[in-house]
Amino acid sequence: MPTITYREAIRQALRIELKENPELILLGEDIGAYGGSYSVTKGFLEEFGAERVVDTPIVESSLIGLSIGAAMAGMRPVVELMTINFALKAIDQIINNAAKIRFMFGGQFSAPLVIRAVSGWGQLGPTHSQSFENYFAYAPGLMVVMPSSPNDAKGLLLTAMRGKDPVLFIEHALLYSTQGDVPEGKEGIPLGLSDIKRRGKDVSIVAYSRMVLLALQAAQQLSKDGIEVEVVDLRCLRPMDLGLAVSSLKKTGRALVLSEDWPSCSIASEVAARLQNEAFDYLDAPIGLLVSKDVPVAYARNLEAATLPNVSDIVGAVRALLS
Amino acid sequence: MDKEHAQALYHEMLLIRQFEDKAAEMYALGKIGGFLHLYSGEEAVAVGALNALRPDDDLFTSYRDHGYALARGCDPKAVMAELFGRETGLCKGRGGSMHLADASRHFWGGYAIVTGHLPLAAGMAYAHQHRKTEHLVLCVFGDGASNAGEFHETMNVAKVWSLPVLFLCENNLYAMGTSTREASAQSEMYKKGCSYGIESWQVDGMDVEAVEASIEKAAAFIRSGKGPVFVEALTYRFRGHSMADPELYRNKAEVEEWKKRDPIPRFLEGCLANKLLSREDADRISSEVERQVSEAVSFADASPEPSLNSLFDFVSA
Ligand SMILES: Cc1ncc(C[n+]2csc(CCOP(=O)(O)OP(=O)(O)O)c2C)c(N)n1
Ligand SMILES: [Mg+2]
Repeated sequence: MPTITYREAIRQALRIELKENPELILLGEDIGAYGGSYSVTKGFLEEFGAERVVDTPIVESSLIGLSIGAAMAGMRPVVELMTINFALKAIDQIINNAAKIRFMFGGQFSAPLVIRAVSGWGQLGPTHSQSFENYFAYAPGLMVVMPSSPNDAKGLLLTAMRGKDPVLFIEHALLYSTQGDVPEGKEGIPLGLSDIKRRGKDVSIVAYSRMVLLALQAAQQLSKDGIEVEVVDLRCLRPMDLGLAVSSLKKTGRALVLSEDWPSCSIASEVAARLQNEAFDYLDAPIGLLVSKDVPVAYARNLEAATLPNVSDIVGAVRALLS
Repeated sequence: MDKEHAQALYHEMLLIRQFEDKAAEMYALGKIGGFLHLYSGEEAVAVGALNALRPDDDLFTSYRDHGYALARGCDPKAVMAELFGRETGLCKGRGGSMHLADASRHFWGGYAIVTGHLPLAAGMAYAHQHRKTEHLVLCVFGDGASNAGEFHETMNVAKVWSLPVLFLCENNLYAMGTSTREASAQSEMYKKGCSYGIESWQVDGMDVEAVEASIEKAAAFIRSGKGPVFVEALTYRFRGHSMADPELYRNKAEVEEWKKRDPIPRFLEGCLANKLLSREDADRISSEVERQVSEAVSFADASPEPSLNSLFDFVSA
């Protein structure tokens, strides 16, 4: 199986569907001539032409609205929002239109668009370093996907582009250059299923997106001390499949939930609450939460590093759960 | 134009240019991180505009804000320290390059969400109108911003309420890699102001004297209570959109063509010809700027990072 980057995996998925589905178009700010802010669509304009790879003005809200309209007409728009921070400009269109249209009109039609947005940080300052998956996963009618590996990125994006409902597909800026094995085919991975990324018997870590990678690194370190961590990757936040996490927790009796979002009203707090409901009798310790500090992400390198959870924080949190 | 003023304009423009060159160097060394948007080439706009206004007129701008901070008189040391993410920075290392501000100079910030600051500027203008003060608000943004919804909403409200706000659109022909030709139905931005009935015009943004005169005229109009003005400055950025920009979308010849209109040598030559500046003045200013910039770097480099104990400062909830 070829080893490719997360970026390349997403490129493969997009190219497959651009070739397979003549109704599919890519739209976004600077995805064409500029090559995409994170170079995901580099070369696509030359390869597929301006009719399929559409550069738009800076109009996030209308861009989502326009894409919803095109999707209602049977097209398959795949929109790139440079960063999830700019999705706030479009949250009205995403929640009030995209997520509602199939339900509100009695299932007569839907708005099957895919919105690709980038989460992440790296000295980008308070307005450009935020996680908003919780805002979007809150609303019924919108699927929210956050892949951690190249394999999942490709398979889940392929499925997202073939479904009948709108999908918010959140990529992570710090994952683009990470590598993994990815099959060459055109097969998708079903949305709404979690995945075990590492087996272990002592503690369950439940995570998604970049935090899965950090969990795996922490697990490796802990393994040297004989602590075997099981890592469950949620992959999708809506619908959220906690089946594997619950059975893992029933086995280990201890769980740590990880995310890069803020503590209050977060995906992590949601996951912890649900796990507790489902596996209360099996818990040997309160469910641990490790998320960002409850403060905007500063530009200064040291403050930023202190705000976001890192591998040694995870190692410490796992040890705390065991003691 | 007198000699002193000519020196000041030249000094400020040169300071911005060299500050930006140094910032690029520091970025390459990893001293500065994240997104860094340089103002090189556009100096005449900020310097001309701010010299035409009073120091207590308010200023809002975008993430391309170093030039505005420096032209407003912020200490280059504190600006560089902010880019380095240090405690001594303008915003104590919290904001970084894209979010400079100095309340003591009525500089209310660089904003990194495109068009996010336009309503804020109009809102501050509303407060001035309400309190019947003579202040006006300068609101700077790019050609790209003028395509977004909040731009249009703000134009409309500013005109309907006749607010004392000066919209200064820096048309540098690109929003990242998207040219105005591809993104804007109207290639002349000032006409967007006209369409709202706002007094609007264009100025050569590579000519500091022209910008200054144009903004003076706009300010007089606004202070006479006649409502907002929209000035479009035609300008060009000599560097990429940010340090991450491979510049695939424009050709070298175009950049070279614009560099012939570089506002700094252009102004200097004019001043030399009119005997407003001498070669000696220019050399003196140049070495003064060099000193300022290198002091800014040493200061930033020697400054402490924010203390980790201060992580939760400035948030109450
Ligand atoms: C709402 C939003 N969308 C997209 C971006 C990403 N972005 C940053 S600057 C920029 C281009 C803005 O161009 P313009 O307004 O012309 O200003 P210039 O950079 O040319 O000074 C874009 C698209 C952003 N910061 N905010
Ligand atoms: Mg521009």
